[in-house]
Amino acid sequence: MAITSVKNLKEFSTNNDRFEGAHTLCPGCAHSMIVRELMNSTDDNLVISSNTGCLEVSTAVYPFTSWDTSWIHIGFENAATAVTGAEVMHKVRKKKGTLKDNEAPVKFVAFGGDGSTFDIGFQWLSGAMERGHDFTYICLDNENYANTGGQRSSATPIGATTSTAQAGTHSYGKKEKKKDIVAIMAAHGAPYVAQLAPNKWKLMAKGFQKALETEGPCFINTVSPCCTEWKFEPKDTIALTDLATDSLMFPIYEILNGHELNILYRPKNIITAEDYLGAQGRYKHLFKPQYRHVIDQIQKDIDDNWIMLQRREEARV
Amino acid sequence: MAVKFDLNEREVWDGNYAASQALRQADVDVVVAYPITPSTPIVENYGAYVANGYIDGEFVMVESEHAAMSGCIGASAAGGRVSTATSSQGFALMAEVLYQASGMRLPIILNVVNRALASPLNVRGDHADMYLGRDSGWLQVGAFNAQEAYDLALCAFKIAENPSVRLPMMIHQDGFITSHTAQNVYPLTDQAAIDFVGVIEPIDDMLDFSKPVTYGAQTEEDWHFEHKAKQHKAIMDSTLVIDAVFAEFKELTGREYNRVESYDMEDADVVIIGLGTTVETARVAAKRIREKGIKAGVVAIRCFRPFPYEEVREVLKNAKAIAVTDRSSPGGAMGAFFNEVSAAMYTSVSRPIVTNFIYGLGGRDFSIEEAERIYTEQQAHADAGYITTEIQQFSGLRGPRLGFFKTERS
Repeated sequence: MAITSVKNLKEFSTNNDRFEGAHTLCPGCAHSMIVRELMNSTDDNLVISSNTGCLEVSTAVYPFTSWDTSWIHIGFENAATAVTGAEVMHKVRKKKGTLKDNEAPVKFVAFGGDGSTFDIGFQWLSGAMERGHDFTYICLDNENYANTGGQRSSATPIGATTSTAQAGTHSYGKKEKKKDIVAIMAAHGAPYVAQLAPNKWKLMAKGFQKALETEGPCFINTVSPCCTEWKFEPKDTIALTDLATDSLMFPIYEILNGHELNILYRPKNIITAEDYLGAQGRYKHLFKPQYRHVIDQIQKDIDDNWIMLQRREEARV
Repeated sequence: MAVKFDLNEREVWDGNYAASQALRQADVDVVVAYPITPSTPIVENYGAYVANGYIDGEFVMVESEHAAMSGCIGASAAGGRVSTATSSQGFALMAEVLYQASGMRLPIILNVVNRALASPLNVRGDHADMYLGRDSGWLQVGAFNAQEAYDLALCAFKIAENPSVRLPMMIHQDGFITSHTAQNVYPLTDQAAIDFVGVIEPIDDMLDFSKPVTYGAQTEEDWHFEHKAKQHKAIMDSTLVIDAVFAEFKELTGREYNRVESYDMEDADVVIIGLGTTVETARVAAKRIREKGIKAGVVAIRCFRPFPYEEVREVLKNAKAIAVTDRSSPGGAMGAFFNEVSAAMYTSVSRPIVTNFIYGLGGRDFSIEEAERIYTEQQAHADAGYITTEIQQFSGLRGPRLGFFKTERS
């Protein structure tokens, strides 16, 4: 198995670049960091698919492409199905010996934003996971439909303002809690499911490598802070991701075979939800006196979730 | 190596089974499918061939028709031979992805067993699903019986995968009437079939990493128009390959296919032009009504897309009155097929009378008597020199007769 060894960030960031820098993602967007890290974490051939979304519209505008490997986009919802169709064809052609190179290992990876993963493409993703294809699905979770101008998705946390769940004099923004996509994917019995973040780049690279090495359907939710819709400075993407992971708003963990949960990162100093929320414009209204209760609710949810994750880790069930 | 499948020189197959045998003989690599009445047996049978080693392919049963076509696109872009089947609501659910398959120029073969679209829910055959696909950029051919469903499925791979065509293709057959009616079918031997169809030549192969490809790029006003124009031209130009493949098939089997089929047209004054099994009903009616002195003929559209305007105009040039039969609810307009035939005939020298019959929706039987009535009415138009009824009529409808739009007379 030809997997690049991970030594230091400089070496890691300069090798094997199959994702070209010339794309039109916003400055400060974490999508490109995550995608490059995935593509740099293996030397194997890659077939990549993308759902419609920021990544897709920013990397393949004819006559240009950022993808120096096989790449396919069909629609908003079906990247998992597209790449697993290719995976099945690979299996048949390998058996029949009709591939150009019958020996070289090939990995199949689908990318989707949270809108296409949690909402419109949920059925296609679930179907592909259930069928047990050998592929990895990576959700670039920026908690909103950023590509269409910041509408709420089922990944948008309670209390965030979006263009379709607006904060105002009579509203604190989104009323509903975020869907727990990691638990849902683990419930499919997938061999490898994880939540990772680009600030913890070594953990993320190792997670990607583990997913690519694992036979069967793997799912990784990655936090991808969106400076445009979360409203923070583009230079602060990684600093904000630190707040996300250290407040445990985005805990980093993996679940093996649907039940074996391992926490991969335990912050030395856990910061408050308030510190994380206060760094973003989308939560600004929550600091008004009448909406403080939502911050309390978010903190309680974080604490409850952290206890649940630790108990599941101990219980190994 | 696949296990040998024993075939007799003459088999008794229904349309579904005939289509599935063509998929086996064409050595289809991947079928991604979702079941729906009445097309289900086509993909079920392929799955059974895989399960019993009769084919070295993969059968993937997905969670919806949208996913079925999405998986076919991924598989086809990965360089192998791909096919599936659907009907009706499944076809409608696929609609988004049909356009993407054709826009990416992927030669997927889709067996469509025609069925009405709900609501009201109906599992019987009409052409609403076929019409829904008419602007999707796929080639569309119609089989009128089980033998044709088999023959045209074999021809379809050879047409669609031709490097100068590279377009997806649908083979239509009428739900139940063709798909579930067992008839004599004369199959080719496995060797003759695969020699005829040939081996797919991967183009822009996602699994050839020496030449990375990007599928499904975005184009805005700067390039979208040119791409769609090129695609349209490829569809129009595919007639050369279609004709050549039909000619080769005739040489091999003696069975002749034309983009437009005609029966009793040498001296016909009045004509029924139709799609699907309707054609065989009209042929019987034409023979009967000729005994009453009406010179009746039948024209059948084998190739619905690209639409054979020139051939239609040529075969109908001496006709006096033409009844165009649409088996799909027109939804506030003339039937789509009527509009195509009218476009062809309006640009002819003779400009014959053209009328529109909406018939057979939801599997309502189209009877020989009804076809005879249509011929008689066409003769009345021809004798009068103008359309004596409404231009559009509903045929075979219960209750008061229904018709719309009259011809303008000075």
